[in-house]
Amino acid sequence: MKTSFSLNGGAVEIDGHPMERLLDVVRERLGLTGTKEGCGEGECGACTVLMDGEPVLSCLVPLFQCEGRRVETVEEVAQGPAREFLDRFVASGGVQCGACTPGIVVTAWALLQRNPEPSREEAREALAGNLCRCTGYEGILRALCRETEG
Amino acid sequence: MIGIGESPPRPDGFAKVSGAARYVDDVSLPGMWHGATVRSPHPHARIRSVRFDPALAPEGTVCVTAADLPGPNGIQLLDDGWPILADAFTFHVGEPVALVVAPTRLAARQALAAVTVEYEPLDPVLTLEQAEALPPLYQLRFEDGDVEAALAAAERVIEGEYRTGHQEHIYIECQGMIATFEEDGGLSVLGSMQCPYYVHKGLTHAFKMPDDRVRVRASVVGGGFGGKEDFPSAIAIHAALLARACGRPVKMIYDRHEDIVGTSKRHPAVIRHRAGVDRDGRLLALDAEIVMDGGAYSTLSPVVLSRALLHSFGPYRWPAARVRARVLRTHTAPNSAFRGFGAPQVEFAVERHMDRIGRELGLDPFEIRARNVVDPGDRLPTGQILDSSTSARLCLEEAERRTGFRERWRALEEERRKGEDGPRRGIGLSLFFHGAGFTGNGERKMKSPVTARLLPDGRIEILTAMTDMGQGCVAVFPQIAAAAAGVGPEDLVFAAPDTGEVPDSGPTVASRTTMIVGGTIARVVAELRDRVLAGGNQPFREAARTYYQKNGPLEVTLRNEPPEDHAFDESTYHGEAYPTYAWGADVVEVEVDPDTLAVRATGITAVCEVGKAIHPVLCAGQIEGGTLQAIGWALMEEVKLQDGRYLNDRLATYIIPTIRDTPKIDVHLLERAYEGGPFGAKGVGELPMDGGAPAAAQAIENATGIPVAEIPATPERLMRSRTL
Repeated sequence: MKTSFSLNGGAVEIDGHPMERLLDVVRERLGLTGTKEGCGEGECGACTVLMDGEPVLSCLVPLFQCEGRRVETVEEVAQGPAREFLDRFVASGGVQCGACTPGIVVTAWALLQRNPEPSREEAREALAGNLCRCTGYEGILRALCRETEG
Repeated sequence: MIGIGESPPRPDGFAKVSGAARYVDDVSLPGMWHGATVRSPHPHARIRSVRFDPALAPEGTVCVTAADLPGPNGIQLLDDGWPILADAFTFHVGEPVALVVAPTRLAARQALAAVTVEYEPLDPVLTLEQAEALPPLYQLRFEDGDVEAALAAAERVIEGEYRTGHQEHIYIECQGMIATFEEDGGLSVLGSMQCPYYVHKGLTHAFKMPDDRVRVRASVVGGGFGGKEDFPSAIAIHAALLARACGRPVKMIYDRHEDIVGTSKRHPAVIRHRAGVDRDGRLLALDAEIVMDGGAYSTLSPVVLSRALLHSFGPYRWPAARVRARVLRTHTAPNSAFRGFGAPQVEFAVERHMDRIGRELGLDPFEIRARNVVDPGDRLPTGQILDSSTSARLCLEEAERRTGFRERWRALEEERRKGEDGPRRGIGLSLFFHGAGFTGNGERKMKSPVTARLLPDGRIEILTAMTDMGQGCVAVFPQIAAAAAGVGPEDLVFAAPDTGEVPDSGPTVASRTTMIVGGTIARVVAELRDRVLAGGNQPFREAARTYYQKNGPLEVTLRNEPPEDHAFDESTYHGEAYPTYAWGADVVEVEVDPDTLAVRATGITAVCEVGKAIHPVLCAGQIEGGTLQAIGWALMEEVKLQDGRYLNDRLATYIIPTIRDTPKIDVHLLERAYEGGPFGAKGVGELPMDGGAPAAAQAIENATGIPVAEIPATPERLMRSRTL
């Protein structure tokens, strides 16, 4: 079955099983390996991509659901105006091993689109589905929230 | 020029935030096939037969069993007692019994169904109580002073038993490896690992190949925490066996389920204390027993036990001490390295015991610690006289100053006694230490080398075997080298960890990377600079180019030189077990639901002294992340086994802290330069793992009055303790 959608601003058509995971489509068919697999069952958030601007877990999205949608991966997010945020993310210690990072960057960027200055609580809510094992989340919150409320 | 104590962005940072960093699963080689593992469903069984039926498998599938091994069936670590593939028996659920390789990942998984293993299940040993009947995997005895006499003379002898559970690493990148037999017969391996030379040793042993025919390279590593210390040797051998069998490069990537089931974890432990104290709460003697569950094979358990013994005293003065320690064998996955390496378990126990002593004598947690904490010049039970960067008291007092712990603890004790309705709040304090570098004579035996090489363009190339699993040596090493050589970071190049290129500067473990290897980097680049400049004072880069043109290549290798006045006796366990120690005090605040006993951490303050923080942001990052791992271990992380089988082998059921479970973590670095480390730095990576759990347990006790002697302190476990 053929599925057509927009990926990182370009049109793609994938001929594949309708239940093929979007994660495998972007990583293996399209060679966009920035999106990571951490658990394969929607628990860790490492595979997060944007679909029509909203974060989705690409390990749980079957190919057929992408028809006519706009999909953006971390590679695309990093190209655009997110650069300043990404630099801050690195500088504040938001990155250690980096395996959760693409998913967190994508989720956080979606949050910043609708809420450029989130509170700590709003950021924690938005990132509730992204596990990080290295940072204790502090460096991530430092990058995302400009204020320092407890 | 970037100075020591500044926090430049880590050089791999942008690659990681933009998805460009290449982890092993992001690498694809031409003609590469994929491997998968047939695993034992039984904790203990005799293998009657292993049959592979090609008709049931995807076209081309090849199967490898123990009968196909080219060399000994053992993964070389401390010994080679850990089999590559189970042979006559299986000793834990998830143990690899056979391997298959097929053209795609999906095909490899399908091929698993073509392998039929006939098992005869045997009675497993699953608890430490059962395991006591068998010979231990390893044991140690330590004695200092006359413990019996001191206990007999003590005003009080206070006893306690403490239990800690398994912990799974949950690095977000699962284990993975790619192996290739090159056309010339050489073996080359790329993967996620902490210790390229361990993997190298494992491969040369398993394949009976000379050192120079095997090359091991670390890819970008998506988290380690000790979990990629020993296990990568196993998966590398597996991938290489399949590559040999099918004549192609082979990738093996574990999914989360098999990563949890099949790889090593933190040792569960039971620790018993008898402590003699005088009427003022001064410690007189410790009699401790440490029992650890090693799982099916010893892997690194002997060295974990050794570190456990040496940290079991806590940061306290004990005029006499005796410790009996053993690792027992059970039919569960081998337990091995996990951040802290035996210390978190014993420090949980000694901290909880300090609380118990305090409670029995009417002293608050701060006071009982303040009366017994070690100071510079004090003697550890091992006989080591503590150096001037012994900062336990400093950390304790700073934690009190920053949090007002004592007053709040007392107020909450009062509040609890009044028994009012509503959520219960509690606050807990812990004091902890961690020996940096290998235990005992490890560093002395290894004297690990680092090489610096002058490049034709005048830059210095630095070669070490250290991998960056996230901790940030990619940022810290350039800071150290630049400052030591008086050059800019643009004058430096760091070789990738590749056993074909770099010397064996040891494994990336034991909080040794910055302090030990970083220290040698500082010396080797200074030596190279001095040779180039030969007393002159011209700009380095210019002088270096001229030097190279005139004299050709220049390479300097120096080895780590452990302090000459230190010695460690492995038979008595006396002497300088570590060159120095890092120190910390944690204050953890919790809220406990009075009905469900669900615990929520509401605040964490970590005061740590790690010598000089070379890169404060990354240094604090180690403490933030390590402290949260400790809180996870204390409150929620639990490997649930029933009849030796996993009940929660997935991230939906093995719960680690999410951002919603995580309160603000306030880190305060106290800097006291340690003269043996580069620019005063000590090791930091493992220290924060030691303090979170006992502080959280004390906070729960403060909130509820329930004695917390066992973690994880899940609601179920607290409920049982309350009704006892």
